[in-house]
Amino acid sequence: MSAPFRTPVGGRIDRARRLRFSFDGKPYEGVEGDTLASALLANGVHLVGRSFKYHRPRGILAAGSDEPNALVAVQRDAARYTPNLRATEVELYDGLIAESQNRWPSLELDLGAVNGLLAPFLSAGFYYKTFMWPRKAWGRLYEPLIRRAAGLGRSPTEPDPDLYHHRYAHCEVLVVGAGPAGLAAALAAGQTGVRVMLADEQDRLGGSLLSATDGRIDGQATEAWLAETLAALAAMPNVVLLPRTIAFGYFPHNMVGLVERLTDHLSAPAPGAPRERLWQVRSQAVVLAAGAIERPLVFPDNDRPGVMLAGAARTYLNRYGVTPGRRLVVATGHDGAYRTALDLHRAGVEIAAIADVRPEARGPLVQAARDAGLPIRSGCVITGTKGVRRVTAARLSTLDGHGAFASDVVACDAVLMSGGFTPSVHLFSQSRGKLVWDEAISAYLPGEAAERTHVAGAGRGQFGLAQALDDGWAVGGVAAGAARPRRFVVEALEADVKGVAGALPHDRGPGFKAFVDWQNDVVTSDLKLAVREGFRSIEHIKRYTTTGMATDQGKTSNINALSIVADLLDMPVPQIGLTAFRMPYTPISFGSMAGLARGDLFDPVRTTPIHAWAVGRGAVFEDVSLWKRARYFPRGGEDMEAAVRRECVAVRTACGVFDASTLGKIEVVGPDAAEFLNRMYVNPWSKLAVGRCRYGLLCREDGFVMDDGVVGRLAPDRFHVTTSTGGAPRVLAMMEDYLQTEWSDLQVWLTSTTEQWAVIALQGPNARAILSGLVEGVDLSPQALPHMGVAEGRICGAPMRLFRVSFTGELGFEVNVPSDFGQAVWEAVWAAGQAQGLTAYGTETMHVLRAEKGFIVVGQDSDGTATPDDLGLSWAIGKAKPDFVGKRSLARPTMADPKRKQLVGLLTADPGLVLEEGAQIVLSPDEAPPMRLIGHVTSSYHSATLGRSIAMAMVSGGRARMGETLYSPRPTPKGFDTAVQVQVVSPVFYDPEGARVNG
Amino acid sequence: MVDLALHRPLDGFQTTLELGLAAGPMFARSSLRAGEAALTRAAEALGFDLPQTACRSASRGDRHALWLGPDEWLLLCAQDDALWEALTAALSGEPHSLVDVSSRQSALIVSGPQAIDLISAGCPLDLGLIAFPIGMCTRTLFGKAEIVLWRTGEAQFHIEVWRSFARYVWEGLQATHSAPASADPSRERS
Repeated sequence: MSAPFRTPVGGRIDRARRLRFSFDGKPYEGVEGDTLASALLANGVHLVGRSFKYHRPRGILAAGSDEPNALVAVQRDAARYTPNLRATEVELYDGLIAESQNRWPSLELDLGAVNGLLAPFLSAGFYYKTFMWPRKAWGRLYEPLIRRAAGLGRSPTEPDPDLYHHRYAHCEVLVVGAGPAGLAAALAAGQTGVRVMLADEQDRLGGSLLSATDGRIDGQATEAWLAETLAALAAMPNVVLLPRTIAFGYFPHNMVGLVERLTDHLSAPAPGAPRERLWQVRSQAVVLAAGAIERPLVFPDNDRPGVMLAGAARTYLNRYGVTPGRRLVVATGHDGAYRTALDLHRAGVEIAAIADVRPEARGPLVQAARDAGLPIRSGCVITGTKGVRRVTAARLSTLDGHGAFASDVVACDAVLMSGGFTPSVHLFSQSRGKLVWDEAISAYLPGEAAERTHVAGAGRGQFGLAQALDDGWAVGGVAAGAARPRRFVVEALEADVKGVAGALPHDRGPGFKAFVDWQNDVVTSDLKLAVREGFRSIEHIKRYTTTGMATDQGKTSNINALSIVADLLDMPVPQIGLTAFRMPYTPISFGSMAGLARGDLFDPVRTTPIHAWAVGRGAVFEDVSLWKRARYFPRGGEDMEAAVRRECVAVRTACGVFDASTLGKIEVVGPDAAEFLNRMYVNPWSKLAVGRCRYGLLCREDGFVMDDGVVGRLAPDRFHVTTSTGGAPRVLAMMEDYLQTEWSDLQVWLTSTTEQWAVIALQGPNARAILSGLVEGVDLSPQALPHMGVAEGRICGAPMRLFRVSFTGELGFEVNVPSDFGQAVWEAVWAAGQAQGLTAYGTETMHVLRAEKGFIVVGQDSDGTATPDDLGLSWAIGKAKPDFVGKRSLARPTMADPKRKQLVGLLTADPGLVLEEGAQIVLSPDEAPPMRLIGHVTSSYHSATLGRSIAMAMVSGGRARMGETLYSPRPTPKGFDTAVQVQVVSPVFYDPEGARVNG
Repeated sequence: MVDLALHRPLDGFQTTLELGLAAGPMFARSSLRAGEAALTRAAEALGFDLPQTACRSASRGDRHALWLGPDEWLLLCAQDDALWEALTAALSGEPHSLVDVSSRQSALIVSGPQAIDLISAGCPLDLGLIAFPIGMCTRTLFGKAEIVLWRTGEAQFHIEVWRSFARYVWEGLQATHSAPASADPSRERS
């Protein structure tokens, strides 16, 4: 089956290599080099989608990334489904499966088209006006309804199986766009030897040269010149060529975001090959050679399938060997479209009429068309089209000078239109460069740049081929810092492409829609309505009508919308304003943004030196900041409750071993170390003896507790500071901040040693007995190493810092060994402890044990608004110290308010009931809502040791309420049980005298 | 010497030679913080002057000093080197901080023609030879992990990373490898 609209020769395609594909389930055939759009057109398929709002039949309008209509979904397999792709950019491969969108049940018969009949009610601001009231209908009716209708395309439902890569790169000159200007710029910059990158969104480099058949550059046919130029660039080791790479965003300091498509064009991508690569390119200078976007004409029924941009038709013919129809009408406001008419005429397509809105058309291209005998109508506007799913005729009208239209209908199967060209200033605007209105070409042009940005070629109104080449060469040289003169000799018919903007005049009734924004279905009457309702700024009109707000960002529509509004308001265009261009230039995938940051590489998964052992023992882990910590070690079929019960009992009666390696550690060294700690912590440090430890409490400047941990003094000028697991980075950062900005006079240095030391905590009555056979050089007796002592020695031959500390209330030691030895020492301790009932325990047991002792966990029992006194820790404050971080804030009267929430213990009347952490506490269950909330539960566990539940809570004036009965409502399957009685008690539930640590 | 098994974070991690990714050798490492007054004595113990230029390293034999801050150097040496003792003795009485960080971090060596491709997947720095010459060292990022990146050859980099982040960096570098080689100009001299 040969495609009926494929030309026998010509184009940059390989007719011998046939590719099968399907569209909406129907099989077709294309050839190597096709896009989905060109292959469909070759098969005579123009109807490719339904419009967003009115569900009108739509065809292919453009040939590149400016396409507003032909949005399709491509499916490779169950998981690889990509919606909203522009068919004009989808490279055809054998077996491609594509489908249209926004239609039901089918593209040919779409029930949503009823919206077209309702159009009088769906004008601009429809949602704002219609869904106002009744207010109650909003949540249940309106919002679900609107949500179902909103959005375009269908999301893939399975996780994306593809791989996406990121790449940072640096160069001296980044050139965006590889048309004539971009190629010349890259050549000029590349020859200076600096690093150059050249990115283009298309699969081939060449831009408009790929659509040209005529013309000669420096004596060569354009095609030969292009091939030679690309070969020259490829041979330069300092130049990187990036086809299929969209420059989607321009970020501060000349950072440009690129997405390179690596496999979407392949029939069978290699397994594991990344689909896309996100480049973050920092360039000394950026050359924007993004070209210009053809502007449609705004006339009634200008959205019928078969109505196409004239330049796009030329691309389909010359690049893809496809004609848009057999008998064409060309509607234009400038010379450029004559080039298309001539090329198609030469290809044997009938040109039924060229309707030129200019009263008098002149110039070499017009003359060439006249010489070829093409029927040119001057002063002629197109005022309508006929046809349903495909244009069948155009209505052409001539103005008689008195406002009267003389019209006739010309049969045709395609209409090619061109209003002119709009320089693509998107990236320049994103870079915060100023745009300047150019009345002569009805377009905004780049003005003053905000970055080291240069614009070349059609992107700044240099539309001619010779102009673009010369401009690109000059700009490329300047960007590289070494401009050298060169002139390109171009033989081509030059076109005047000034064109027209805004709506064409017509005599049709209000029922005829003249589309401005194809993708968001905005018509001229919407803009008129907005102006009539008082909108003056394009910023407001855009939001009210949604013109330019679709995923194409108004590439084809913005200037027409501006011109229409300017005409309606009778104001110059610059006074209407211009909306900001935002990234991305064309939509990019979420995958490209995520890169490798998914699964195990989403965040670093930090594990301790003892992790492998815990895994081997079947530990269940929990996430604590980025760390994996063993939560409990179930035996047999134990659940967490049973395991924790067993682990708790083991610690209280024999001994437990716990991996505390994640504790933050900071080595504070220098002659002023003690003074530095005096200033940071609330505690006094000067008198702490070498070989002793102290519980340190750290406040922020506002006087609220930030972190805590034991600090040991190893030498007069050396302290081993510990922090909470999650607090380690911010404590070090805060200390460095003070040291560098406030106290740079102190001779003291901070070094993170969190990962230098593996920490093996032995807690329980048998701890000393277990260690005694392993430790060398340290006397473990209570006299030599009492509670809160620290000593250096060796264990199993490894260097060791041994802390006699306890977070459980039992006799306890924390063995610190260099992490490389962590696992081996742990295993030695484990072996030695087996005869002593040694049991491994995890963080859950650690929490229960510390709660039995009333020890807080910063961030759990405190919440960033607790003072040391609130937590019952005012004993830690060095009252005699002249200052410390937070001291001044703690002196504020409100900090001593007796009604502040204070840490207390709670015992439920029902000993089997474990309160929920976070539960509120009230004075009386009978209080009418809203009840006064006087506190909340911060920690709550079942205590195996005590045979009942325990809880810690922050309660207003809590310490003065000892013995009081309060209530803590809790949810039950039947509602709220408000009558849960709790008694306020001391938070130290176990061994209140603290005798056990001295064992 | 201790008769215990040593466990390093990248134990058992292997990759193809073609990739040019390997766990680095074992080092004794220390973090030296000191003011100017101590530098002469430190140099005597070290055998060479500590680098004073930002982000530059100095080496003699197996001893390496990496400038990480105006008063901060990372010192690397062989495990049986008595550098620690020599520095402790030489700096006695001078305000300074010498902290053993041998176990804190691990080394990865990235080498070969793809070295820059791999590292640039997660490191935002310009790794061209002008911006990042041989001998340069700096704290930087690979993805979400802090690393010290040290260029030891035109196509050889030494990465120091805290041990719990080593696996993340390794796997990130390895995952990047599946990409077809790109042609970043950073690789070229310019």
